[in-house]
Amino acid sequence: MFDTALTANDLMFLAKGAGMTLIVTAISVVFGTILGIIFGVIRYQVGPWWAAPLTFVLDIFRSIPLLIQLVLANAFVTMVLGIRISGFAVACGVLSLYTAAYCAEIVRGGIEAVPQTLRRAARSLGMTWGQDMRNIVLPLATRVALPSWIGLALGVMKDSALVYIVQVVELLKSTQILITRLQEPLFLLLICGLFYFLISFPVARFGGYLEKRWSND
Amino acid sequence: MFNYNFRWNQALNSLPQMLEGALVTMEIAILSMVIGISIAVALTVFRLSGNRMLKAVATTWVEIARNTPALFQIYMVHFGLGSFGIHLSPYMSLLVGIAFNNAGYLSENFRGALKAIPDTQTRAARSLGMSAGQAFTSVVMPQMFRISFLPMTNQMVWAILMTSLGAVVAMNTDLYGVTSDLNARSFRTFELFAIAAVIFYLITKAITLSARLLAARLFRY
Repeated sequence: MFDTALTANDLMFLAKGAGMTLIVTAISVVFGTILGIIFGVIRYQVGPWWAAPLTFVLDIFRSIPLLIQLVLANAFVTMVLGIRISGFAVACGVLSLYTAAYCAEIVRGGIEAVPQTLRRAARSLGMTWGQDMRNIVLPLATRVALPSWIGLALGVMKDSALVYIVQVVELLKSTQILITRLQEPLFLLLICGLFYFLISFPVARFGGYLEKRWSND
Repeated sequence: MFNYNFRWNQALNSLPQMLEGALVTMEIAILSMVIGISIAVALTVFRLSGNRMLKAVATTWVEIARNTPALFQIYMVHFGLGSFGIHLSPYMSLLVGIAFNNAGYLSENFRGALKAIPDTQTRAARSLGMSAGQAFTSVVMPQMFRISFLPMTNQMVWAILMTSLGAVVAMNTDLYGVTSDLNARSFRTFELFAIAAVIFYLITKAITLSARLLAARLFRY
Protein backbone atom coordinates (compact mmCIF):
# COMPACT_ATOMS: atom_id res chain seq x y z
CA MET A 1 0.00 0.00 0.00
CA PHE A 2 2.80 2.42 0.83
CA ASP A 3 5.32 1.91 -1.97
CA THR A 4 4.88 5.06 -3.93
CA ALA A 5 5.72 6.82 -7.14
CA LEU A 6 5.85 10.11 -5.28
CA THR A 7 8.88 12.14 -6.32
CA ALA A 8 10.59 15.13 -4.79
CA ASN A 9 8.96 17.29 -7.44
CA ASP A 10 5.52 16.13 -6.36
CA LEU A 11 6.38 16.98 -2.79
CA MET A 12 7.37 20.47 -3.90
CA PHE A 13 4.03 20.71 -5.65
CA LEU A 14 2.26 19.78 -2.44
CA ALA A 15 4.37 22.25 -0.48
CA LYS A 16 3.36 24.97 -2.93
CA GLY A 17 -0.27 24.07 -2.36
CA ALA A 18 0.28 24.21 1.38
CA GLY A 19 1.91 27.63 0.96
CA MET A 20 -1.12 28.81 -1.00
CA THR A 21 -3.44 27.59 1.78
CA LEU A 22 -1.40 29.54 4.33
CA ILE A 23 -1.24 32.70 2.21
CA VAL A 24 -4.98 32.75 1.51
CA THR A 25 -5.65 32.10 5.19
CA ALA A 26 -3.25 34.82 6.37
CA ILE A 27 -4.65 37.48 4.03
CA SER A 28 -8.25 36.61 4.84
CA VAL A 29 -7.68 36.50 8.58
CA VAL A 30 -5.84 39.84 8.62
CA PHE A 31 -8.39 41.74 6.51
CA GLY A 32 -11.31 39.85 8.01
CA THR A 33 -10.21 40.71 11.53
CA ILE A 34 -9.75 44.40 10.74
CA LEU A 35 -13.19 44.54 9.09
CA GLY A 36 -14.68 42.40 11.84
CA ILE A 37 -13.44 44.75 14.56
CA ILE A 38 -14.87 47.74 12.69
CA PHE A 39 -18.23 46.01 12.10
CA GLY A 40 -18.34 44.68 15.66
CA VAL A 41 -17.70 48.08 17.22
CA ILE A 42 -20.27 49.72 14.94
CA ARG A 43 -22.86 47.08 15.77
CA TYR A 44 -22.30 47.56 19.48
CA GLN A 45 -22.13 51.32 19.29
CA VAL A 46 -25.24 52.14 17.25
CA GLY A 47 -27.56 49.68 18.98
CA PRO A 48 -29.55 46.80 17.54
CA TRP A 49 -32.05 48.94 15.58
CA TRP A 50 -29.64 50.96 13.52
CA ALA A 51 -27.28 48.06 13.11
CA ALA A 52 -30.05 45.85 11.68
CA PRO A 53 -28.99 46.25 8.02
CA LEU A 54 -25.37 45.43 8.89
CA THR A 55 -26.47 42.49 11.03
CA PHE A 56 -28.59 41.21 8.17
CA VAL A 57 -25.76 41.41 5.63
CA LEU A 58 -23.25 39.77 7.97
CA ASP A 59 -25.78 37.06 8.76
CA ILE A 60 -26.05 36.22 5.07
CA PHE A 61 -22.38 35.29 5.03
CA ARG A 62 -22.99 32.84 7.84
CA SER A 63 -26.14 31.28 6.37
CA ILE A 64 -24.98 30.44 2.85
CA PRO A 65 -22.41 27.76 2.03
CA LEU A 66 -18.98 29.26 1.42
CA LEU A 67 -18.79 27.31 -1.83
CA ILE A 68 -21.84 29.15 -3.17
CA GLN A 69 -20.49 32.49 -1.95
CA LEU A 70 -17.32 31.87 -3.91
CA VAL A 71 -19.14 30.80 -7.08
CA LEU A 72 -21.54 33.74 -6.84
CA ALA A 73 -18.81 36.31 -6.20
CA ASN A 74 -16.75 34.92 -9.04
CA ALA A 75 -19.72 34.94 -11.44
CA PHE A 76 -20.71 38.43 -10.35
CA VAL A 77 -17.30 39.98 -10.79
CA THR A 78 -16.23 38.24 -13.98
CA MET A 79 -19.54 37.76 -15.80
CA VAL A 80 -21.87 40.50 -14.57
CA LEU A 81 -19.34 43.28 -14.03
CA GLY A 82 -17.04 41.90 -16.69
CA ILE A 83 -13.88 42.62 -14.73
CA ARG A 84 -10.89 40.37 -15.33
CA ILE A 85 -9.68 39.34 -11.93
CA SER A 86 -7.75 36.37 -10.62
CA GLY A 87 -9.44 33.59 -8.68
CA PHE A 88 -6.96 34.30 -5.93
CA ALA A 89 -8.33 37.82 -5.45
CA VAL A 90 -11.92 36.58 -5.44
CA ALA A 91 -11.01 33.88 -2.91
CA CYS A 92 -9.27 36.36 -0.59
CA GLY A 93 -12.13 38.86 -0.88
CA VAL A 94 -14.87 36.37 -0.12
CA LEU A 95 -12.94 34.68 2.68
CA SER A 96 -12.16 38.07 4.24
CA LEU A 97 -15.83 39.04 4.34
CA TYR A 98 -16.70 35.57 5.61
CA THR A 99 -14.13 35.95 8.39
CA ALA A 100 -15.36 39.47 9.13
CA ALA A 101 -18.93 38.21 9.57
CA TYR A 102 -17.86 35.77 12.28
CA CYS A 103 -15.28 38.12 13.77
CA ALA A 104 -17.85 40.92 14.21
CA GLU A 105 -19.89 38.56 16.35
CA ILE A 106 -16.86 37.66 18.48
CA VAL A 107 -15.86 41.32 18.88
CA ARG A 108 -19.37 42.34 19.89
CA GLY A 109 -19.47 39.50 22.42
CA GLY A 110 -16.11 40.63 23.80
CA ILE A 111 -17.22 44.23 24.20
CA GLU A 112 -20.48 43.17 25.82
CA ALA A 113 -18.54 41.11 28.33
CA VAL A 114 -16.92 44.27 29.73
CA PRO A 115 -19.10 45.45 32.64
CA GLN A 116 -20.97 48.69 31.89
CA THR A 117 -20.12 50.10 35.31
CA LEU A 118 -16.41 49.82 34.55
CA ARG A 119 -16.81 51.85 31.39
CA ARG A 120 -18.95 54.48 33.07
CA ALA A 121 -16.31 54.78 35.76
CA ALA A 122 -13.68 55.30 33.07
CA ARG A 123 -15.73 57.96 31.36
CA SER A 124 -16.46 59.75 34.63
CA LEU A 125 -12.74 59.83 35.35
CA GLY A 126 -12.52 62.03 32.27
CA MET A 127 -11.42 59.47 29.70
CA THR A 128 -12.61 60.06 26.16
CA TRP A 129 -14.51 57.37 24.25
CA GLY A 130 -11.29 56.44 22.48
CA GLN A 131 -9.30 56.20 25.69
CA ASP A 132 -12.01 54.10 27.26
CA MET A 133 -12.00 51.81 24.23
CA ARG A 134 -8.20 51.50 24.18
CA ASN A 135 -7.39 51.27 27.86
CA ILE A 136 -10.42 49.60 29.39
CA VAL A 137 -12.37 47.69 26.76
CA LEU A 138 -9.53 46.42 24.59
CA PRO A 139 -7.57 44.53 27.28
CA LEU A 140 -10.68 43.07 28.91
CA ALA A 141 -12.51 42.19 25.70
CA THR A 142 -9.38 40.54 24.29
CA ARG A 143 -9.41 38.07 27.17
CA VAL A 144 -12.90 36.97 26.25
CA ALA A 145 -12.52 37.15 22.49
CA LEU A 146 -9.04 35.79 21.80
CA PRO A 147 -9.77 32.07 22.31
CA SER A 148 -12.79 32.30 19.98
CA TRP A 149 -10.75 34.30 17.52
CA ILE A 150 -8.11 31.57 17.43
CA GLY A 151 -10.88 29.08 16.72
CA LEU A 152 -12.12 31.32 13.93
CA ALA A 153 -8.67 31.66 12.35
CA LEU A 154 -8.30 27.88 12.33
CA GLY A 155 -11.79 27.55 10.91
CA VAL A 156 -10.84 29.87 8.08
CA MET A 157 -7.75 27.80 7.37
CA LYS A 158 -9.88 24.67 7.07
CA ASP A 159 -12.54 26.46 5.02
CA SER A 160 -9.86 27.78 2.66
CA ALA A 161 -9.88 24.25 1.22
CA LEU A 162 -12.99 25.38 -0.70
CA VAL A 163 -11.25 28.03 -2.79
CA TYR A 164 -10.40 25.35 -5.35
CA ILE A 165 -13.75 26.26 -6.90
CA VAL A 166 -12.32 29.55 -8.19
CA GLN A 167 -9.23 27.89 -9.63
CA VAL A 168 -6.88 28.49 -6.74
CA VAL A 169 -4.62 25.47 -6.32
CA GLU A 170 -4.32 25.12 -2.57
CA LEU A 171 -3.26 22.08 -0.57
CA LEU A 172 -6.32 19.89 -1.06
CA LYS A 173 -6.60 20.71 -4.74
CA SER A 174 -2.94 19.95 -5.38
CA THR A 175 -3.42 16.66 -3.52
CA GLN A 176 -6.39 15.95 -5.77
CA ILE A 177 -4.30 16.67 -8.86
CA LEU A 178 -1.58 14.30 -7.68
CA ILE A 179 -4.17 11.63 -6.87
CA THR A 180 -5.45 11.80 -10.42
CA ARG A 181 -1.93 11.18 -11.69
CA LEU A 182 -0.48 8.75 -9.15
CA GLN A 183 -3.65 6.85 -8.20
CA GLU A 184 -2.60 6.60 -4.57
CA PRO A 185 -5.46 8.34 -2.82
CA LEU A 186 -4.93 7.08 0.71
CA PHE A 187 -1.24 7.90 0.99
CA LEU A 188 -1.55 11.37 -0.53
CA LEU A 189 -4.64 12.21 1.48
CA LEU A 190 -2.84 11.20 4.66
CA ILE A 191 -0.02 13.65 3.87
CA CYS A 192 -2.56 16.37 3.17
CA GLY A 193 -4.58 15.65 6.31
CA LEU A 194 -1.44 15.50 8.41
CA PHE A 195 -0.44 18.98 7.28
CA TYR A 196 -3.79 20.47 8.30
CA PHE A 197 -3.70 18.56 11.54
CA LEU A 198 -0.15 19.57 12.46
CA ILE A 199 -1.01 23.24 12.08
CA SER A 200 -4.48 23.14 13.54
CA PHE A 201 -3.98 20.86 16.52
CA PRO A 202 -1.23 22.73 18.43
CA VAL A 203 -2.86 26.10 17.84
CA ALA A 204 -6.25 24.76 18.95
CA ARG A 205 -4.59 23.35 22.06
CA PHE A 206 -2.99 26.73 22.73
CA GLY A 207 -6.40 28.38 22.35
CA GLY A 208 -7.91 25.93 24.81
CA TYR A 209 -5.07 26.61 27.24
CA LEU A 210 -5.61 30.37 27.01
CA GLU A 211 -9.32 29.93 27.52
CA LYS A 212 -8.76 27.86 30.64
CA ARG A 213 -6.10 30.14 32.03
CA TRP A 214 -7.99 33.33 31.46
CA SER A 215 -11.37 32.17 32.62
CA ASN A 216 -10.72 31.15 36.23
CA ASP A 217 -9.74 34.38 37.88
CA MET B 1 -19.64 47.08 -17.64
CA PHE B 2 -23.21 45.94 -17.04
CA ASN B 3 -23.79 44.53 -20.48
CA TYR B 4 -24.84 41.30 -18.86
CA ASN B 5 -28.37 40.12 -19.58
CA PHE B 6 -30.00 38.67 -16.52
CA ARG B 7 -32.29 35.83 -17.45
CA TRP B 8 -34.10 35.15 -14.25
CA ASN B 9 -37.02 33.43 -15.98
CA GLN B 10 -34.83 30.75 -17.41
CA ALA B 11 -33.28 30.10 -14.02
CA LEU B 12 -36.59 30.26 -12.21
CA ASN B 13 -37.98 27.60 -14.54
CA SER B 14 -35.67 25.11 -12.87
CA LEU B 15 -36.87 26.06 -9.39
CA PRO B 16 -38.87 22.80 -8.91
CA GLN B 17 -35.73 20.74 -9.55
CA MET B 18 -33.77 22.88 -7.12
CA LEU B 19 -36.42 22.54 -4.45
CA GLU B 20 -36.24 18.79 -4.86
CA GLY B 21 -32.49 19.13 -4.35
CA ALA B 22 -33.19 21.17 -1.23
CA LEU B 23 -35.20 18.25 0.14
CA VAL B 24 -32.25 15.91 -0.40
CA THR B 25 -30.00 18.46 1.30
CA MET B 26 -32.30 18.57 4.31
CA GLU B 27 -32.58 14.79 4.37
CA ILE B 28 -28.80 14.42 4.46
CA ALA B 29 -28.45 17.09 7.11
CA ILE B 30 -31.10 15.55 9.36
CA LEU B 31 -29.78 12.00 8.96
CA SER B 32 -26.21 13.16 9.57
CA MET B 33 -27.35 14.96 12.72
CA VAL B 34 -29.20 11.90 14.05
CA ILE B 35 -26.19 9.67 13.38
CA GLY B 36 -23.80 12.37 14.60
CA ILE B 37 -25.62 12.86 17.91
CA SER B 38 -25.78 9.12 18.57
CA ILE B 39 -22.08 8.70 17.90
CA ALA B 40 -21.24 11.86 19.85
CA VAL B 41 -23.05 10.52 22.93
CA ALA B 42 -21.11 7.27 22.59
CA LEU B 43 -17.82 9.17 22.19
CA THR B 44 -18.62 11.28 25.25
CA VAL B 45 -19.28 8.15 27.29
CA PHE B 46 -16.03 6.66 25.96
CA ARG B 47 -14.13 9.72 27.05
CA LEU B 48 -15.63 9.53 30.54
CA SER B 49 -14.94 5.83 30.87
CA GLY B 50 -11.78 4.55 32.53
CA ASN B 51 -10.96 2.31 29.57
CA ARG B 52 -7.81 3.61 27.87
CA MET B 53 -8.56 2.09 24.48
CA LEU B 54 -12.02 3.64 24.29
CA LYS B 55 -10.65 6.97 25.47
CA ALA B 56 -7.97 6.92 22.78
CA VAL B 57 -10.51 6.07 20.07
CA ALA B 58 -12.82 8.89 21.14
CA THR B 59 -10.04 11.47 21.47
CA THR B 60 -8.59 10.57 18.08
CA TRP B 61 -11.99 10.83 16.44
CA VAL B 62 -12.73 14.22 18.00
CA GLU B 63 -9.32 15.70 17.23
CA ILE B 64 -9.31 14.54 13.60
CA ALA B 65 -12.86 15.76 13.04
CA ARG B 66 -12.08 19.15 14.52
CA ASN B 67 -8.62 19.72 13.10
CA THR B 68 -9.00 18.84 9.43
CA PRO B 69 -11.30 20.43 6.83
CA ALA B 70 -14.75 18.89 6.37
CA LEU B 71 -14.01 18.77 2.66
CA PHE B 72 -10.95 16.64 3.38
CA GLN B 73 -13.01 14.29 5.54
CA ILE B 74 -15.62 13.76 2.82
CA TYR B 75 -12.87 13.28 0.26
CA MET B 76 -11.20 10.76 2.54
CA VAL B 77 -14.42 8.79 3.01
CA HIS B 78 -15.02 8.63 -0.72
CA PHE B 79 -11.52 8.09 -2.11
CA GLY B 80 -9.45 7.10 0.91
CA LEU B 81 -11.68 4.21 1.96
CA GLY B 82 -11.47 2.91 -1.60
CA SER B 83 -7.97 1.72 -0.75
CA PHE B 84 -9.52 -0.65 1.79
CA GLY B 85 -11.99 -1.91 -0.79
CA ILE B 86 -14.88 0.09 0.64
CA HIS B 87 -16.62 1.91 -2.18
CA LEU B 88 -19.45 4.20 -1.15
CA SER B 89 -21.88 6.04 -3.37
CA PRO B 90 -21.57 9.85 -3.42
CA TYR B 91 -24.69 10.08 -1.26
CA MET B 92 -23.30 7.71 1.35
CA SER B 93 -19.85 9.33 1.30
CA LEU B 94 -21.37 12.73 1.91
CA LEU B 95 -23.61 11.42 4.68
CA VAL B 96 -20.80 9.52 6.40
CA GLY B 97 -18.39 12.44 6.04
CA ILE B 98 -20.80 14.97 7.54
CA ALA B 99 -21.87 12.55 10.28
CA PHE B 100 -18.18 12.02 11.16
CA ASN B 101 -17.66 15.77 11.37
CA ASN B 102 -20.86 16.32 13.37
CA ALA B 103 -19.97 13.62 15.87
CA GLY B 104 -16.56 15.19 16.56
CA TYR B 105 -17.86 18.70 17.12
CA LEU B 106 -20.93 17.59 19.08
CA SER B 107 -18.90 15.37 21.36
CA GLU B 108 -16.76 18.37 22.27
CA ASN B 109 -19.93 20.37 22.96
CA PHE B 110 -21.32 17.60 25.12
CA ARG B 111 -18.10 17.46 27.09
CA GLY B 112 -18.36 21.18 27.77
CA ALA B 113 -21.98 20.74 28.82
CA LEU B 114 -21.08 17.91 31.21
CA LYS B 115 -18.70 20.22 33.04
CA ALA B 116 -21.67 22.42 33.93
CA ILE B 117 -23.56 19.53 35.56
CA PRO B 118 -22.54 19.09 39.20
CA ASP B 119 -21.00 15.75 40.13
CA THR B 120 -23.22 15.61 43.19
CA GLN B 121 -26.24 14.89 40.98
CA THR B 122 -24.74 11.64 39.76
CA ARG B 123 -23.86 10.69 43.32
CA ALA B 124 -27.37 11.52 44.51
CA ALA B 125 -28.84 9.45 41.70
CA ARG B 126 -26.56 6.55 42.55
CA SER B 127 -27.46 6.68 46.24
CA LEU B 128 -31.12 6.58 45.27
CA GLY B 129 -30.36 3.15 43.88
CA MET B 130 -29.91 3.97 40.19
CA SER B 131 -27.25 2.11 38.27
CA ALA B 132 -24.46 4.11 36.64
CA GLY B 133 -26.17 3.74 33.28
CA GLN B 134 -29.52 4.85 34.64
CA ALA B 135 -27.97 7.85 36.35
CA PHE B 136 -26.36 8.91 33.07
CA THR B 137 -29.35 8.38 30.83
CA SER B 138 -32.06 9.77 33.08
CA VAL B 139 -30.27 12.43 35.12
CA VAL B 140 -27.18 13.65 33.29
CA MET B 141 -28.08 13.21 29.64
CA PRO B 142 -31.28 15.29 29.53
CA GLN B 143 -29.43 18.19 31.09
CA MET B 144 -26.52 17.70 28.73
CA PHE B 145 -28.85 18.01 25.74
CA ARG B 146 -30.49 21.03 27.26
CA ILE B 147 -27.24 22.89 27.87
CA SER B 148 -25.87 22.07 24.44
CA PHE B 149 -29.10 22.82 22.61
CA LEU B 150 -27.80 26.02 21.03
CA PRO B 151 -24.51 24.48 19.84
CA MET B 152 -26.56 21.61 18.43
CA THR B 153 -28.68 24.05 16.46
CA ASN B 154 -25.51 25.65 15.13
CA GLN B 155 -24.19 22.25 14.14
CA MET B 156 -27.45 21.55 12.30
CA VAL B 157 -26.97 24.75 10.31
CA TRP B 158 -23.38 23.69 9.65
CA ALA B 159 -24.61 20.31 8.43
CA ILE B 160 -26.90 22.05 5.93
CA LEU B 161 -24.03 24.21 4.69
CA MET B 162 -21.69 21.21 4.54
CA THR B 163 -23.95 19.32 2.13
CA SER B 164 -22.67 21.69 -0.57
CA LEU B 165 -19.29 19.95 -0.21
CA GLY B 166 -20.81 16.93 -1.96
CA ALA B 167 -19.57 18.63 -5.12
CA VAL B 168 -16.17 17.09 -4.48
CA VAL B 169 -17.50 13.51 -4.64
CA ALA B 170 -19.70 14.16 -7.69
CA MET B 171 -22.89 14.27 -5.68
CA ASN B 172 -25.58 15.62 -8.00
CA THR B 173 -28.92 15.23 -6.27
CA ASP B 174 -28.53 17.73 -3.44
CA LEU B 175 -29.22 21.44 -3.83
CA TYR B 176 -25.65 22.35 -4.73
CA GLY B 177 -25.26 19.38 -7.08
CA VAL B 178 -28.53 20.10 -8.89
CA THR B 179 -27.59 23.76 -9.25
CA SER B 180 -24.17 23.06 -10.67
CA ASP B 181 -25.65 20.47 -13.07
CA LEU B 182 -28.14 23.06 -14.30
CA ASN B 183 -25.31 25.54 -14.58
CA ALA B 184 -23.30 23.16 -16.73
CA ARG B 185 -26.22 23.05 -19.15
CA SER B 186 -27.31 26.68 -19.26
CA PHE B 187 -24.33 28.74 -17.97
CA ARG B 188 -26.67 31.08 -16.08
CA THR B 189 -24.19 30.81 -13.22
CA PHE B 190 -25.09 33.96 -11.35
CA GLU B 191 -28.87 33.55 -11.53
CA LEU B 192 -28.86 29.86 -10.62
CA PHE B 193 -26.49 30.16 -7.71
CA ALA B 194 -28.26 33.28 -6.45
CA ILE B 195 -31.48 31.27 -6.27
CA ALA B 196 -29.64 28.42 -4.53
CA ALA B 197 -28.21 30.94 -2.07
CA VAL B 198 -31.69 32.24 -1.26
CA ILE B 199 -32.97 28.69 -0.71
CA PHE B 200 -30.03 27.92 1.58
CA TYR B 201 -30.65 31.14 3.48
CA LEU B 202 -34.33 30.31 3.97
CA ILE B 203 -33.54 26.78 5.13
CA THR B 204 -31.01 27.94 7.72
CA LYS B 205 -33.37 30.67 8.94
CA ALA B 206 -36.20 28.15 9.23
CA ILE B 207 -33.95 25.90 11.30
CA THR B 208 -32.78 28.60 13.70
CA LEU B 209 -36.31 29.92 14.08
CA SER B 210 -37.90 26.55 14.75
CA ALA B 211 -35.09 25.68 17.14
CA ARG B 212 -35.80 28.88 19.04
CA LEU B 213 -39.52 28.07 19.22
CA LEU B 214 -38.75 24.51 20.26
CA ALA B 215 -36.37 25.74 22.96
CA ALA B 216 -39.00 28.13 24.29
CA ARG B 217 -41.45 25.22 24.54
CA LEU B 218 -39.06 22.63 25.92
CA PHE B 219 -37.21 24.77 28.41
CA ARG B 220 -40.04 26.81 29.84
CA TYR B 221 -39.39 26.24 33.51
